Amino acid sequence: MKPFSALLESLIFTPGRNAKLAHLRDYFAHTPDPDRGWALAALTGALNIAAIKPAAVRQLAESRSDPVLFRWSYDFVGDLAETVALIWPEHHDDAHVAPALSEVIERARIAGRSEAQGLLGDWLDRLDATGRWALIKLFTGSLRVGVSERLVKTALAEFGQVSIDEVEEVWPGLQPPYRELFAWLQHGRARPQVDHLAAFRPLMLAQAVDEADLRKLKPEDFCAEWKWDGIRVQVLGGARQTRIFSRGGEEISAAFPEIGDLQGLDAVLDGELLVRIGDQHGSFNELQQRLNRKTVSAAQLKQRPAFVRLYDILFEGDEDLRSLSFEERRARLEDWYRRRVLHMPLLERFDLSVQLPFKSWEELEKARQLAASVNAEGLMLKRRDSPYVAGRPKGLWFKWKRAPDTVDAVLLYAQRGSGKRSSFYSDFTFGCWRDDAAGNAELVPVGKAYFGFTDEELQQLDRWVRSHTVERFGPVRRVEPALVLEIAYEGLRRSSRHKSGVAMRFPRIARIRWDKPASEADRLDSLMSRIKD
Amino acid sequence: MDGTLPRPISLPQMHAPHPETWLKTTPRGLYVEPGDFYIDPTAPSDRAVITHGHSDHARGGHRHVLATAQTLSIMRLRMGDEAGRQQQALQYGESLTIKDVTLRLIPAGHVLGSAQVVLEYRGSRAVVSGDYKRRRDPTCPPFDVQSCDVFVTEATFALPIFKHPDDKDEIAKLLQSVQLFPERAHLVGVYALGKAQRVIMLLREAGYDAPIWLHGALVGLCELYRSSGLDLGEFRHVGDMPKSGLVGQIVLAPPSAIEDRWSRRLPDAVNCAASGWLRVKQRAKQRGLELPLVISDHADWDELNATLDEVGAPEVWVTHGREEALIHAASQRGIRTRALSLIGFEDEDPV
Repeated sequence: MKPFSALLESLIFTPGRNAKLAHLRDYFAHTPDPDRGWALAALTGALNIAAIKPAAVRQLAESRSDPVLFRWSYDFVGDLAETVALIWPEHHDDAHVAPALSEVIERARIAGRSEAQGLLGDWLDRLDATGRWALIKLFTGSLRVGVSERLVKTALAEFGQVSIDEVEEVWPGLQPPYRELFAWLQHGRARPQVDHLAAFRPLMLAQAVDEADLRKLKPEDFCAEWKWDGIRVQVLGGARQTRIFSRGGEEISAAFPEIGDLQGLDAVLDGELLVRIGDQHGSFNELQQRLNRKTVSAAQLKQRPAFVRLYDILFEGDEDLRSLSFEERRARLEDWYRRRVLHMPLLERFDLSVQLPFKSWEELEKARQLAASVNAEGLMLKRRDSPYVAGRPKGLWFKWKRAPDTVDAVLLYAQRGSGKRSSFYSDFTFGCWRDDAAGNAELVPVGKAYFGFTDEELQQLDRWVRSHTVERFGPVRRVEPALVLEIAYEGLRRSSRHKSGVAMRFPRIARIRWDKPASEADRLDSLMSRIKD
Repeated sequence: MDGTLPRPISLPQMHAPHPETWLKTTPRGLYVEPGDFYIDPTAPSDRAVITHGHSDHARGGHRHVLATAQTLSIMRLRMGDEAGRQQQALQYGESLTIKDVTLRLIPAGHVLGSAQVVLEYRGSRAVVSGDYKRRRDPTCPPFDVQSCDVFVTEATFALPIFKHPDDKDEIAKLLQSVQLFPERAHLVGVYALGKAQRVIMLLREAGYDAPIWLHGALVGLCELYRSSGLDLGEFRHVGDMPKSGLVGQIVLAPPSAIEDRWSRRLPDAVNCAASGWLRVKQRAKQRGLELPLVISDHADWDELNATLDEVGAPEVWVTHGREEALIHAASQRGIRTRALSLIGFEDEDPV
C-alpha cells in the first residue's frame, strides 16, 4: 500500500504533466505485479469494489476518537477523508503490518458492503496517515488525483518504450491486474491480442493550417468537408451491440442508448456525434445537455436524439481498411452505408458528412466564411491518398478553422499559476460592462483565461498586475479596471452558474490592448446577443 | 501512560502563593510581578526575558534583555542596535535572582538557544516553556522536563490530527525526488531560524554531502549556527549563480520566496517546504507545493499531552495555538487548565 499511497500523494501535488509522467513511470518500474496492475485499474477507473459512503467512514472514525476533538479537527481540515486519515489512532507494533495494495483490493472485490466496512477499520489500523488517506479515497469512489486515463496510458507507453497508440490498441482487450500488459511492456513478451470489433482504435487527428500554409499545398491533392461542432467519436459496431468511444478512448455508449442499442453494424466507423433538433443538427450547446450523464431520460431522447455523421471507416468485419487511401475508404464507407444503413431502420442514426467540391483555395475560403451559418467550426482537408494513421501525422489531414469570435474585456482579477508559473500571475479573470440597478456602468466577470499569450507577454502582464493591484486575497489580486484584453473564444452559452449569465468555451487572450481605454471595452448585452440558442 | 509519576493532588503548600497571584497576563505579555520583568513581551519593556530568537518572541527595543548567549547573538544578528541596550547572558541551568524571584533557563528543544523559563517565588514554581518540541534535533539540546506547580505551554499543533512523522522519512522523500528529477532544482521553503539549519543537518545525516544553496536571508543564521560549533557542511549563497549551475541542486529559501520573482532564477524548481502544517494535504495543495515535507519544530498532539503528563503540574496554562482542544483533553485527565489568550504570537508558521 505504501508505494501506491506515495504515488497518489505525489500526483495530487504535482502540477506538471511531465513530472506526473515521471512519477507514474517510476511507480510502474519499481512496483511488482499484481500491485501495479491494481493501481493501474484504480487510476483508470477500471476498479470495481463495493463503495463505502462517507457517512459510514465518519461514523467509524468517531467511534475511534473523541467526538469533540473530531469535530474541531474536521472544521480545521475541511475534508472528511483527510480528517479521518489524520485523526485515526496510530499503532506502531509488529501486529499491525501494512497490507499490500493487492491484498486490499482482492479482498475488497469479493466483499459485500457491510463486510467492506469491517475490513476498512482493520486496514486503517495497519496503515500510516498517507496510506489511510489513499485507502479512504479508494473506498469512497473516485481518486481525483488529477490524472486522465490518457495520461496513465502515456506513462505506460513511455515505460515500455512503445507508442501510445499501441497501448490504446491493446487496452480494450485487457483486464486488471494487467499481467500480460506488463509482461509485454517490461519483458518484451508477446503483445496482447484483441478482437477487432471490440477494441477502440486511436483516432487520426489533423494539424491546424492557415492561409499561408495552404499556399504551399496543391488543392487537387485534397478532399474537403465541414469540421462539425460536435464531438469526435469512434463507433464499434459488433453483432449484438454498438459501443461509442470519445476521442480520448473513453466509452460513452451508456449516455447514447439510441446508438448503443443498435445491432449488426459490423464495422468500426469514425464520425461526429451530434444531436438533432427538428430536421437540423443542434449546436454544441444542445449536445452538451446530453454529455457527462450516466443515464438519459426519455424526454432527452425525444428532444435531442443523437446521431453520428460519418466520415471514415476503419474496419468492415475483420477487414482492416486503415492502409487504404482516404478516397478508397470513402468509397468503402459509401458502399457500406448503402448496404447497411439505407436498408435498415438506421437512417435517423447515421448520415454521411458531405464532400465539398472545390478547385482553388480561394473558392474554399468562401465556403469557410459560411462555416458559422452551418454550425461548423471550419473545414477539414484530407489528402486523397492518406492512409488512416493514429495520432497527428504531419501533412495528411488539416483543420482550417473559421476566425474565432472575439470580445474586448477588462482585466479584473489575476491569480498566481502553479508549477513553473508559481511566481507569475497567469490566470486572468475579465469582465464586460453592464448597467447596475441605479443605471451606473459596472464590470461583471464573464470568463477566465490562462493561455493565448507568449512568455514575453506573460512577463508584461505579470508586471502590470503587480503594479496595479488594489486588493489581495491569498493567491488572487484584484487590479485596477484599466487593461483591455481581446479574448477569443469558441462559443457562448447561457449559464445560471455565472453571475453574468454567460459561459465561454475555450477563452484565451488573443491580444493585449495596451492602447484601448477600459471604457471602450464591450458590453455584456452585446455579448449576450451573440448567443445562438 | 507508563512511567508517569503520580500527579500531586494538592495545590502548592499553604504558605506558598499560587502562581496566579504573581505571574500575570498583561497586554504586553506575561509579567512576573515580584521580579518586575516580562517574558517575551510584545512591546518595548524595561526588563525582558526572551525564550528564543523567533521574531514573535524576541522583539526589539527593550532596555535590558536576559536570554541564553545563543539567543542574544541571534537577536543581535537580526536587529542590530534594537536587540536591547543591556544584554545579559545566562547559561542553561544557571540560576539568577531578580528581586524576589529565582530564575533559571533550561533547554526547550525548539531552536538554537531556545529555553524554558523556570521561575520560583516563595516556594511556588512555574515553568514558562515558550515554544518547544520533543523530537531529537541535531541543532539544539533536548527539552528538559522540570516538575512544577504551573506549566505554561504553547498549543500550536494541539489537534489530534497533528502527529509529526519521522523526519528521516521526510528527508528521504526529498532525496528521492532529487533522484527522480535530476534536471530540476529543489527549492525548499524553510523558516530562516531553526528549520533551515535542522533540514541541512538532516540532509547531512542522510548522507547528502553536496553543497547546499541558500537564499541571502538564510546565510547569516547558518553562519551563526556554524560558529556555535555545528557542522553544517558546505553551504553557498545562490547569488548570481546561473540557472545551469543549480540543476539537480537543493536550494533553501524563506517560504515567501517560492511565490516571489526570486524563484525564477532556478531551473524548473520543484517547490517544497518543511513545516508541521503540511501534514494537512489541502493546505500544502493550496500553497501550490509539489513536495511538502512534514518537519516541525513544535510538539505534536501526542507530545503536548505527554509533556503535560511528564511535568506533572496540577495546573496548566495554555498560550497561543489551538488552546481549546488541549484544554479539553487535559481537563479530561483531571488537570486544571486555563487559556491565557496572549496576543501578538503567530498562530501559524509562515508555511
